[in-house]
Amino acid sequence: MEVPGLGQAFALQVGRDMRLAFRHLGQLANPLMFFIMVTTLFPLALNPSPQLLEAIAPGVVWVAALLASLLASESLFRQDVDDGTMEQLALSPQPLALMLLAKTAAHWLMTGLPLVLVSPIVAYGLFLPQEAVPVTMGALALATPILSLIGGMMAALTVGLRRGGGLLSLLILPIAMPVLIFGARATDLAMTGMESVGAIYLLAALLLMAMSLSPFAMAAAMRISLD
Amino acid sequence: MSTESAESGTEALLEAEDLELWRGERRLFSQLSFSLGAGELMHITGANGCGKTSLLRVLCGLTLPETGQVSWRGQRVMRNRVDYHAEMAYIGHRESLKGELSARENLSFDLQLRHALSPEDIAEALDRVGLARARDVMARGLSAGQKRRVSLARALASRARLWVLDEPYTNLDVAGRDFVDQMMSEHLATDGLVLLVAHQSHGVNGARIRQLELA
Amino acid sequence: MWKFIHKFGSPPHLYRLSLLLTPWFGWAAAILITAGTLGGLYLAPPDYQQGEGFRIIYVHVPSASMSLFVYVNMAIAAAAGLIWRIKLAHAVAAAAAPIGASFTFLALATGSIWAKPMWGTWWVWDARLTSELVLLFLYFGYMALRAAIDDDNRADRASALLAIIGLVNIPIIKYSVEWWNTLHQPATISKMGKPAMDTDMLIWLLLNIFGFMCFFIAVLLIRTRSQVLKRSRDQKWLKQALGVA
Repeated sequence: MEVPGLGQAFALQVGRDMRLAFRHLGQLANPLMFFIMVTTLFPLALNPSPQLLEAIAPGVVWVAALLASLLASESLFRQDVDDGTMEQLALSPQPLALMLLAKTAAHWLMTGLPLVLVSPIVAYGLFLPQEAVPVTMGALALATPILSLIGGMMAALTVGLRRGGGLLSLLILPIAMPVLIFGARATDLAMTGMESVGAIYLLAALLLMAMSLSPFAMAAAMRISLD
Repeated sequence: MSTESAESGTEALLEAEDLELWRGERRLFSQLSFSLGAGELMHITGANGCGKTSLLRVLCGLTLPETGQVSWRGQRVMRNRVDYHAEMAYIGHRESLKGELSARENLSFDLQLRHALSPEDIAEALDRVGLARARDVMARGLSAGQKRRVSLARALASRARLWVLDEPYTNLDVAGRDFVDQMMSEHLATDGLVLLVAHQSHGVNGARIRQLELA
Repeated sequence: MWKFIHKFGSPPHLYRLSLLLTPWFGWAAAILITAGTLGGLYLAPPDYQQGEGFRIIYVHVPSASMSLFVYVNMAIAAAAGLIWRIKLAHAVAAAAAPIGASFTFLALATGSIWAKPMWGTWWVWDARLTSELVLLFLYFGYMALRAAIDDDNRADRASALLAIIGLVNIPIIKYSVEWWNTLHQPATISKMGKPAMDTDMLIWLLLNIFGFMCFFIAVLLIRTRSQVLKRSRDQKWLKQALGVA
């Protein structure tokens, strides 16, 4: 009996999750709406002068992206564990680490990528200089997958627990801080016209590390939660 | 607590050695060993909450026992999950279906992870369990009995050697229960193995049926 | 050799060992810390740049280095428990966590106390202090996860995995002083080469570092003992040891 290869299994999982997501489109918009709304909170709460907003723009964009990712991670595995499909996945002849990586990838496509695409608009509203926008988009494109992967690990650890919400954030934030620091730094450097490629490289390195290590952590955590 | 070995002349495919499991402060079972060979059905009984489902989960490799190990074809299950799971099908308490996908789409995903399958194969599996007309209904719109039948179709079409069934008769009418018995008989006749947890007695006839009662 | 290590995995043995060793480490800690602190407060010469205020370094530096040291120990114990399924290792990790968190808090508090007379504010977003704060959150996360899971076995394993994941942050915290040039001075004590600090200042610092280490071991032994008490409640050996059986 020929068990399908890894690439095929990966594609099947991504395909199924995307199909499910599209049948529930309303839910997907939540992290995106949250991202946009958080960035509008700052001009509302503070003096909306262009100078002030421009000065805090990198921080606002990156904190909002981090918070939106936190919000999205809550729902990454919960549904599958509740209806029993995660159990079947853990009992399938495919490596659980690969399946969870596929789920996270699909999740990023639905919740992380939209943030990247919407960021120029948000940047415009915060008076972020035009020159900094491409770098910010690039940095977000690297950072949001890292955040999805970190969120995935912590979600797998806490998925069985009823008293969720705050705990997940407490677990994610310390590990996510380097991402926040380097990402905001990249935007900051680009804003002042300096070379930001160092921060971008660091983010890329973090992404590679996350992609290679976190699936195994996710699978181990999920098996503990399913025990 | 109990030790049973396969009948002589049968090669043992599934072996449980010295299993012990705790739930909180309570010891569910200890020193549990048995082996199961081709064409054999192991019927596990016991009072509610005595650990039948937990034992099944240990045998599947989902739950880690305190001590002891489970082996399939001589290989430790925990070391070699993928090979074991390729030959095992599990029907638990939950139906494990995505509500927003149809029966056909659910099966298609689950089974294609195991082996190449054509749409006709899936349709045929659903026909066999009596869901010919409900193939494309969203799983959330199916009745409890129908959802159970989808799970059965999944086991049927999985080409698994070992079936692990936890209360498979739930939500089924008399015809459904007879169908499960017939499925199990056919599976045993083709050298399959069955681990069965069921309150009521099953309707499978045959020489190679073993009992395990958990106290 | 294996038998020696294997013995450590046995709760009764560790229980007896801890009863035996705690007083030794406890007294060593008391003596070393007293000597180091008094020496640092009175006998060490004042710093040419910062005057008398710098003396808090004799508490701040040992607690900061212990906070990292304890985390690494905790993660190693947790990993041992997870990989080799040694229950006692999980007990050690659980026992170590609050001690590490306390050291972290002490480091932050003494850092604040140092900052106020020197730089005028209670808190500065200096790279080292901020990453120390992150370390505090790591400890809190570990303890919160443990508390949130009812089943002991699952709590052990899940928090062990979390502790291992958190190890990623440790190099960042340790090297944050070198990578980001903010308030902190670079490392004073290194393995090679002459330390950057004068000997009459250094000696009290070293005394306190060793003193804190003995303190950690003493408290760890006590807390591990109480973890063993909690986990082995019904076991005969414990009842006999307590004279209850």
